[in-house]
Amino acid sequence: MTIREEFNAEIADHILIKDGPYGTAIQNRKLTEAEYRGDTGLTQDQKGNNDLVCLTRPDLIREIADSYIDAGAVILATNTFNANRISQADYGAEHLVADINRAAARVLRQAVDARTDGIRRFVCGAVGPTNKTLSISPDVNDPGFREVDFDGMKSVYREQIDALVEGGIDIVLIETVFDTLNAKAAAMAAMEAGDDLGRDLPIMMSLTLTDMAGRNLSGQGVEAFWYSVRHVRPVTIGLNCSFGATELRPHVTALAKAADCAVMVYPNAGLPNEMGEYDEAAETTAGLVRAWAEEGLVNSIGGCCGTTPDHVAAIAAAVKACPPRRVPDPAPAMRLSGLDPFTVAA
Amino acid sequence: MTQSSANFVNIGERTNVTGSARFKKLIMAGDYDTALEVAREQVENGAQIIDVNMDEGLLDAEAAMTTFLKLIAAEPDIARVPIMIDSSKWSVIEAGLKCVAGKAIVNSISMKEGEAPFLEAARTIRRYGAAAVVMAFDETGQADTAARKVEICERAYRLLVADGFPAEDIIFDPNIFAIATGIEEHDNYGVDFIEACKAIKARCPHAKISGGLSNLSFSFRGNEPVRRAIHSVFLYHAIPAGLDMAIVNAGQLDIYDDIDPELREAAEDVVLNRTPAAGGSATERMLEIAERYKGGGAKAQERDESWRQLPVAERLSHALVKGIDQYVVDDTEEARQSAERPIHVIEGPLMAGMNVVGDLFGSGKMFLPQVVKSARVMKKAVAHLIPFIEEEKEEGSRAKGTIVMATVKGDVHDIGKNIVGVVLQCNNFEVVDLGVMVPWQDILKAANDSGADMIGLSGLITPSLDEMVTVAEEMTKAGMTMPLLIGGATTSRVHTALKIEPAYPGPTLHVLDASRAVGVASALVSETGAAKLAGDTRAEYEKIRLQRAGKSSGSTLVPLEKARENAFAAGFDDYTPPRPAAQGLTRIENVTVRDLIPFIDWTPFFRSWELAGNYPAILDDEIVGESARQLFEDAQAMLARIEAEDWLAPRAVAGLWPVRRDGDDILVFTDESRSEVSTRFAMLRQQISKRAGRANMCLADFIHPEADWLGGFCVTAGTGEEMLARFKAENDDYSSILFKALADRMAEAYAEYLHHRVRTSLWGYAPDEDFGMEDVIKERYRGIRPAPGYPACPDHLLKPLLFDLLDATETTGVTLTESMAMLPAASVSGFYFAHPDSQYFGVATIGEDQLQDYAERRGVSIDDARRWLRPNLD
Repeated sequence: MTIREEFNAEIADHILIKDGPYGTAIQNRKLTEAEYRGDTGLTQDQKGNNDLVCLTRPDLIREIADSYIDAGAVILATNTFNANRISQADYGAEHLVADINRAAARVLRQAVDARTDGIRRFVCGAVGPTNKTLSISPDVNDPGFREVDFDGMKSVYREQIDALVEGGIDIVLIETVFDTLNAKAAAMAAMEAGDDLGRDLPIMMSLTLTDMAGRNLSGQGVEAFWYSVRHVRPVTIGLNCSFGATELRPHVTALAKAADCAVMVYPNAGLPNEMGEYDEAAETTAGLVRAWAEEGLVNSIGGCCGTTPDHVAAIAAAVKACPPRRVPDPAPAMRLSGLDPFTVAA
Repeated sequence: MTQSSANFVNIGERTNVTGSARFKKLIMAGDYDTALEVAREQVENGAQIIDVNMDEGLLDAEAAMTTFLKLIAAEPDIARVPIMIDSSKWSVIEAGLKCVAGKAIVNSISMKEGEAPFLEAARTIRRYGAAAVVMAFDETGQADTAARKVEICERAYRLLVADGFPAEDIIFDPNIFAIATGIEEHDNYGVDFIEACKAIKARCPHAKISGGLSNLSFSFRGNEPVRRAIHSVFLYHAIPAGLDMAIVNAGQLDIYDDIDPELREAAEDVVLNRTPAAGGSATERMLEIAERYKGGGAKAQERDESWRQLPVAERLSHALVKGIDQYVVDDTEEARQSAERPIHVIEGPLMAGMNVVGDLFGSGKMFLPQVVKSARVMKKAVAHLIPFIEEEKEEGSRAKGTIVMATVKGDVHDIGKNIVGVVLQCNNFEVVDLGVMVPWQDILKAANDSGADMIGLSGLITPSLDEMVTVAEEMTKAGMTMPLLIGGATTSRVHTALKIEPAYPGPTLHVLDASRAVGVASALVSETGAAKLAGDTRAEYEKIRLQRAGKSSGSTLVPLEKARENAFAAGFDDYTPPRPAAQGLTRIENVTVRDLIPFIDWTPFFRSWELAGNYPAILDDEIVGESARQLFEDAQAMLARIEAEDWLAPRAVAGLWPVRRDGDDILVFTDESRSEVSTRFAMLRQQISKRAGRANMCLADFIHPEADWLGGFCVTAGTGEEMLARFKAENDDYSSILFKALADRMAEAYAEYLHHRVRTSLWGYAPDEDFGMEDVIKERYRGIRPAPGYPACPDHLLKPLLFDLLDATETTGVTLTESMAMLPAASVSGFYFAHPDSQYFGVATIGEDQLQDYAERRGVSIDDARRWLRPNLD
């Protein structure tokens, strides 16, 4: 069986639990700047460069991974959200991108392979959006200007994905998509990486919404987004970050209706309080996502900002008895999109 | 006016440097801000996709494409629609693909350079997640004849689909070439394109067809009215043939029927390559008249509006006959001011106009849709006058007579009744319309209160027949003697004669359709005609009763046992029932009006308007063609609005359950172990004596005695109550009836659509089924979907059982009345049978033995069973 087939079989059988965030977990360890930097010889301040920790404190990453596995997560994402050339430039660490990604994938691979309980777990290489966008000008006076172009973006993603693959990932997780065009470039990089490997490299896609109306930064809602990325045949399509489960609900419902693909959602632990901290209790998050599962809206659930292994364990317990969403089988039709979806009559 | 019908997509053509001189000038000058406004205007004018083309020798097309698309991304008003990236240069296309976040269309690729580069381009397009326009162009050149177009498209289709390109993302452009150029070889280009559309649609499932319209009329450049006429006429023929979209100036299309008839005729001749009625060549004829329309078609306009110069009485008459409501309020007001009393306007010019309408209708020169449109004009005029009449505190115009009309208790169908009501109003009857589901008490009370001259009852489902008998009995008890009119789809002269008339001493008449209603009602209120009609009818019905009495004594029924012995042999020894892919309930989400439109069977739509003939031939019918076309066009326009403004919310549920046959029953089980029965569907068997070789059919015969599956479904088009209320407020019966008729079609289309999905995927026994839409509508597929209350399983009481299994009220919002009519009325429910030999049949008359047996199996009293099966008992 290929990984795609294995994954499809698992997710058709039951709701798969995804892990939670590394950022929050690392920050809780209160590392010093020197611990972040380790022996990389980097000269800029590295405090807050969470992805670098994969290289400098792999033991800590392993510990967090183990805590998520113990909580019941079977979809494990690497700690590489910012491990790309564009984001690492902020830390002067572009030359370490490949090393960070390889190390991140390896440590997760080892954590998964160390388990002998017969449960199938998947190592997913997390690819973030970078802090540049292909659809929006950073200069309000020049709406046609872009800091990056499609091919440049694709090569940035390709460097990261190649290293993740070397480190042993099963699936590429293109997450927190705020710009659909960035995501299309990332997906094309993944597909081309698969071509060069001579095998299918499955993709997961996860959109993030930037306003309550349910659109991402480049202006698409969930249905238009799905039509824009359906061609990459993702193994899951979904939503993460931006809001808590309460606010995400209508958009999860809309996506579950539109997508003929498994749906994976990992919300934040509510909305941040005045201090910028997330304080939604594990049971609260779990209760909210259980309602989704009971309504048959999701095939996979996990946590994003503010969630902890406790949240993941509570979610796993809450949805254990719920059957997975049945993937709809819409009649073939030409489904196009601009910012809005547009279906041409069959 | 935009002619954007629901199944046709307008692609904006103005953001194309090769097609728009203005846009080219702006881009060449680098004025992208104004160029963006061109894009915005197009979207505002109704373009659903915008075509962007920068192919100009003096331009860096890649840079221009990139710049323009990036600017569009910053304009949500424009970026909301999909982009068509149009270029003959691959590098420009790829540059464009790198700038769009949405799912775009590439225009175009072809096999011009051979198969390999074609497939290479298609693969790249897939990687970017776009659909593709494929030109009918191959190594030997561009296709001109229908045969070549079809050959190339089919070859391209097979190559693409085999390579994994989604069929639904393919759009063929079979080349629209210029016609009427004076070169004889060009004359048939329009016909070639239209014919190619049909064949491509049949051979390349899910693929779409597009074309660039402006080429077509190239030889008439500079003469906009003629070009627009040619384009509109071409679309009128090409869309039904399969054209899904075209690159057009969305702001510049004429409504087919609004084109000056002479110009339209000439355009038809050049598009369809016909010899003009006057002889000579179509091109010459068009050239001959084209000059007259040049410069805005002022003449055509003048002719259209010339009736406005007539005196006001004639204007009102013209408006009524033509069904034009645009000026009627102003004209009515003008007439009122010059009239002595407001009532005179009604009694004078308005009634005179309606009399013309009545005469034309009576003599078959006008058809129902136009009559209803005329009624709309009349109602608007009357509504304007009523406040003035009331101010005078005078009785209104004395009507010919008053009729109370109602759809009886338990029934919700009222399209036919509404049509009759309108037609009677047009003929100066006062109509008291009580609506649907009206209990007999209300009918009697309204008749008394209004001093009615007669009562009209309507119903569509079989239990309504009984209810009508009840109304007749109650009228008798109340001592009434006024005429009782019976109408509706299940009613008949025979039923009225046998069951209703004997229950009521007054004149009781079955009225076949709206066109007969006026004659009957008028006779009944005339002093001389009433007695004669009543007497003739009574004699006729008596004769029917005698005939039937003679017939039923020589019973042709066989005993139930014998009928069972002659059951249909479904050959279960060498047939394994297919196991459904999706067992249990499937709620169908996301199906929109747009998805259903292709599944509409139009023939019954025309029938509901009393226009006889099959679609599409009816549109060209010598007698009703014009009327049918106009109705069809109004229907298309309303469909577009239904779709665009979400008037209807279709919902559906399908269920597939493990079953087995038990005698004439079908047992539904809770799971595949088939140990626990959840529902027993008792079916009825034909008992009419059959000739040798013909079986006495029962639906249970199609079910395997050990292990099989049965499906069920419920679909509804929804109610659209808000719109109905609006039409009512606007006195617009025409739109109201049209809307209901379309909702009915939509429900039937949904049933067809869902059945298709069940066959190909949910049940999945015919995954590769490949029929054209016509074959689907003609039910040439495997399996049937009989509905409770219809001939194959006439017992309406199976409906609540089916609804329970489907959880239908919860999943679709459809409820059942006490007569088991579904509410909303535009709903369909039924069973699915998959057996290859399953077929529709009518149970027809059954014997007392089966009635008794059936009552036992159903666990109901014999009286109950008798009540519900009455239509099958004699």
